[in-house]
Parts: sequence; structure tokens; C-alpha cells
Amino acid sequence: MTSQPIVSVRGARRRYGSFEAVRGVDLDVHRGELVALLGTNGAGKTSLVELVEGLAPADGGEVRVLGHDPYRERRRIVGSLGIMLQSAGFSGDLTVAETARTWAGTLTRPRAVDEVLRAVDMAHRADVRVASLSGGEKRRLDLALATMGDPEVLFLDEPTTGLDPESRRATWRLVQGMLAAGTTVLLTTHYLEEAEQLADRIAILQGGRIVRSGTVADIVAAEPARLECVVRGRDGGALAPAVADLPVLAGVVGAPDIDHTGRLRLRTTALQDDLYTLLQWADARQLRLDDLDARSASLEQAFLAMDGAGTRAVDDTSEVAA
Amino acid sequence: MTTKTLASTSPAGGRPLPPPARSFSPRRVAVLARAELRLLVRNRTALFNALAMPPLTVVLFAAVGGIDAGTSAATGVMMVNLLVFMSLAFVVYYNLTVTYVARREELVLKRYLVGECSRVEILAGGAVPAFAVALAQTVLGIVAVSLVLEPPAFVNPLLVVVAVVGGAVMLTALAAATSGLSRTVESAQLTTLPLLIVAIPFGGLFGAPGASSGLFSTIGTFTPLRPITDLMLLGSAGIGDGGQVLTLGETFAAAAVPVAVLAGWTLLGALAARRWMRWEPRR
Repeated sequence: MTSQPIVSVRGARRRYGSFEAVRGVDLDVHRGELVALLGTNGAGKTSLVELVEGLAPADGGEVRVLGHDPYRERRRIVGSLGIMLQSAGFSGDLTVAETARTWAGTLTRPRAVDEVLRAVDMAHRADVRVASLSGGEKRRLDLALATMGDPEVLFLDEPTTGLDPESRRATWRLVQGMLAAGTTVLLTTHYLEEAEQLADRIAILQGGRIVRSGTVADIVAAEPARLECVVRGRDGGALAPAVADLPVLAGVVGAPDIDHTGRLRLRTTALQDDLYTLLQWADARQLRLDDLDARSASLEQAFLAMDGAGTRAVDDTSEVAA
Repeated sequence: MTTKTLASTSPAGGRPLPPPARSFSPRRVAVLARAELRLLVRNRTALFNALAMPPLTVVLFAAVGGIDAGTSAATGVMMVNLLVFMSLAFVVYYNLTVTYVARREELVLKRYLVGECSRVEILAGGAVPAFAVALAQTVLGIVAVSLVLEPPAFVNPLLVVVAVVGGAVMLTALAAATSGLSRTVESAQLTTLPLLIVAIPFGGLFGAPGASSGLFSTIGTFTPLRPITDLMLLGSAGIGDGGQVLTLGETFAAAAVPVAVLAGWTLLGALAARRWMRWEPRR
């Protein structure tokens, strides 16, 4: 009975004039799961999430949330959704508590306002006018409103943008608590660490298509590890050995890079074996490997590798411009 | 297919919004209205405009002898009419236009729309405080005139209710439409001018009824605020188009044209609001 996904997207497309922002996306989110959508600005994250939130009709394909078309049958499911947009406003002259109570009054099944404000650590700011809040506090109030209706499905569009590290972690704990209680979450984020912390599965969007999806481990496993050190002689002076001097490394990807300061950089799919070989090689020649840094690939690396150089940062507002 | 219109016709670059929902929950409207009332009370400028402007206008005109309809009864009726007219024009039309623009620009309309509220609920929630102020001013104006001058005869009280409530609904629709043509709160001061400038001279506010005639008067009959005056005079004093005093039965017949004009402008306002009202800022 729970095998049917809560969110199901098949071949979804979305166009703005001649520009196609979402180009045939398939995506499932199952009950109690958190799926993170990653992508650079302009990748189509918000355009896709808006289809699922029912804020716009798909120009092709099929979108289902809780078994309904989220746009055409929005009335039937809106009471079960919690939506935190990238940008939604407040009336600055209302206090935090007044804002929250007003919102609660519009919901079918509101939770207690005090409890929700406590959960986002805003209870002590309840009597403060919204205009006086910091950006991070406003974002937390935003989250409070999104979770106020005790939603079955929660959509979070960059929920921690602008938060300090402590608030970010508090937000993560709140989302984890809701996940534990069975809420299904679809989240977009720029922060890879956030996806690593929270997501059961990740989908990486690029140019309106999902280019990779799976668990963090799946995605990272496909990415080579990194090995880096500075090769020094017995006297402590940096050496710059030629690549030909290096031992044969079984898993190395591409050519190792050695600069004039003796810094060696390489990528390998067999980190343990190649590290062992390198240490043996250095030991036999009585070389020191300073600043030795051997690490498995991170999500960030996988992400950047996928995106080319990861430099296609485009301003958010141009995301939808043709 | 009405469900597609708003999102799919919004210009490229405009963010999409949910399809129009038809629900109307008095509970949700009341909650939104309460928040809006708080905001009105905390905004000194808006509060002054709402509470003080209409009565001050009446006092000012009365003081310079601008309202003199001959008898004290007729003068009292004209004063109440002027008060209702100003209240609807400024508290409902002008203030509501500014309110809708302000809520849109601070992205509050968008927030409500993404939740469970329908468009009509959001518009109504914003309008309730203005309605309440206009209604209170009408009642207080009638009381004041009754004490100082002479109580209106109230030949047909129903027409007074139609004038005040119908006028408020019509001007709410027109305010929603006008807000869509106003990029900022400041520009709403300009975009609201055409209606006010056109309607006030044709409003039949000053001088004895029936004094104007001919083409000017005929055109005036069809301007949006004129039916408010016509219905107020008919309802509160039985004064007809030509200044004659009518019986209850005759006031119903005489109300046909103003009621039709009021309904027509309400319909036009609603269509214009659907066409022009914006729920989020232009980018």
C-alpha cells in the first residue's frame, strides 16, 4: 500500500516561451523519504519543484502528488502540503506570533502555534515585529509556516539559504524530526553538505534534466578518490620527481600532476592500494610525503566533476528567463 | 478551461501561481481580515486617511457653504451622502488599492495564495476592515446629522444598504483591478486618480439634486460613483432624479437605473480585476 510513491514525475516538461527549463524529468519520492534536488542556478530546480507544488501546469509528461494532479486538483491535496518558497513575504508590521496565528487560521489542521515557533527556535521572538527580524529569523519563520499544517508532504526550496551554521543545523534537526514522524520531503539546496546530511536520495539536475540520481554513497562511489602530498627528500627539500619516477599505480585516473614545488596530485579508483604502493615507494627511497592527504570522493567533488568546472553560476532570477 | 488562464498567460519571467480556487470560507476571511485590521491600526497614514478624511471633507464643505439643499432635512441628507461617497471613494477604493499593492509587493499575497486560501478569500480578507470603516462612518454620519439637523426620512432603507454595500463591493473589484496597474504604493496615488477625477464631478454631490440636466447629467448617470449618490438620496429621503420626493413604491422604480449601473460597474470591475490584478511583483 505504501509502495506507490507520494510524488511521481514522469517525463515532465516546462517551457518559458522557446526556452525549456525542465526537459523530461522522471522523479519519485516515497513515503517518509527525503529527496534532495541539487543543481547550479539555472539547472531547473525551482521550475521543477513548482510543477510538483502545483504552482504551474506541466507542459508535458505527468506529475502526481498523493495520487492527484497537483495543479488541476490542487484543492484536494493543498491541505496536505507544506510549501516553503524561495521567496514569500511577510507584513512587517505584524509580530511573529500574529503572523503565525494568522497563517494557522487559514489551515485545515494547524498545529499549536507556540509549539511550532519553539521548534524553529523563534518562541523568544514571538512578540517582535517581523520587520525587525534578521534574514535568518525570517527564514525560520518561513519554515514554521510551512510546517504549521502538519503536512504529509513538505517542499523546501533552499530552506537554509542565509542561515548561520547553528541555525542551519537546527533546521536540519527539525527536518529530521519531521522525517522520523513520517513526513515526505522534497528539498532543493545549494549546500551539498545539507544534501549529505539529510537526503535519503539525491537527484542532480543539469540543463533541465536529471543527470544522476541515487544515494550519496551511489553517487560518490562512481567518483575517483583524491590523493595529494608534497614529495621531499631526506634533507627536507622539496623534490619534483618526474611522473616516470612514480611507481605504477593501479587505479589512477588520468595522469598524476606534479608541480615545481613537488606537490603531487592524483585521482584514483583504488585509493587503499595506490596509497600503499606510494608509501612503500617513498619508504624505499627514504622520501617524505608531507601534507599527505588521501580521501574518498565527496559529494561536492562528484557534483563539480559532473558540472564541468561548476562555474556556470547564473543569477537566480535568470533561471526562468529565456 | 478557466483553470489554465492565470498561470499560462503570465508573461515570460513572471512566476507562476496556483490555479484559481472557488472556495469561500468565512473563517479564513475573518482570520485574514483580523491581520489586515491590525495593519491598518498600525499604519498611521492609512488610519488617518480612513478615519478622518471623509468626515473632514464633509465638515469642510459644510463650513464653506458648499452643501445647501434648501431645507435642513435636504442638507442633512446631502451631508450623509457626501460622507458615504467620500468614505467609499477614499477608504474603500483608494486605501484598498494601496493595500493590495503593498501586500503584493511584500510578497504576502503570494504566500497566502500558495497556502489554502482562494483568491476571493484573500481579496475579501483585505477588504473587510475598509468595509467596516465605511459602514461605521455611514452609521455615525446618520446619527450626527440626526442630532444636529434632522433625521433622514429613510423612505427606502434597503436602497441605502444597496448603495453602501453594493458600492463597497464594486469599488473593491475596481481597487483590485487598479492595484494591478500600479507598480508601487506611490504609483497607486496616480492610478487611482482617473476614477476619482471622473467620478467626483459627476457624482451629483454638491448643489440641489435635479439642478443639472442635459448631456452632462446623462453622462453622469453612467459614471461608477453616481449610483451611490442616486441610491442614497432615493433611500434616505426619497429624492428622485429631478429633485421630486417619491413614495416608497416609486423609489423602487426610480432605483432601477442606478442599480443597473452599479451592477454593471461591479461586473466590469470583476472582469478588470481578473484581467489586471497581479498577485506578485513584476520582475
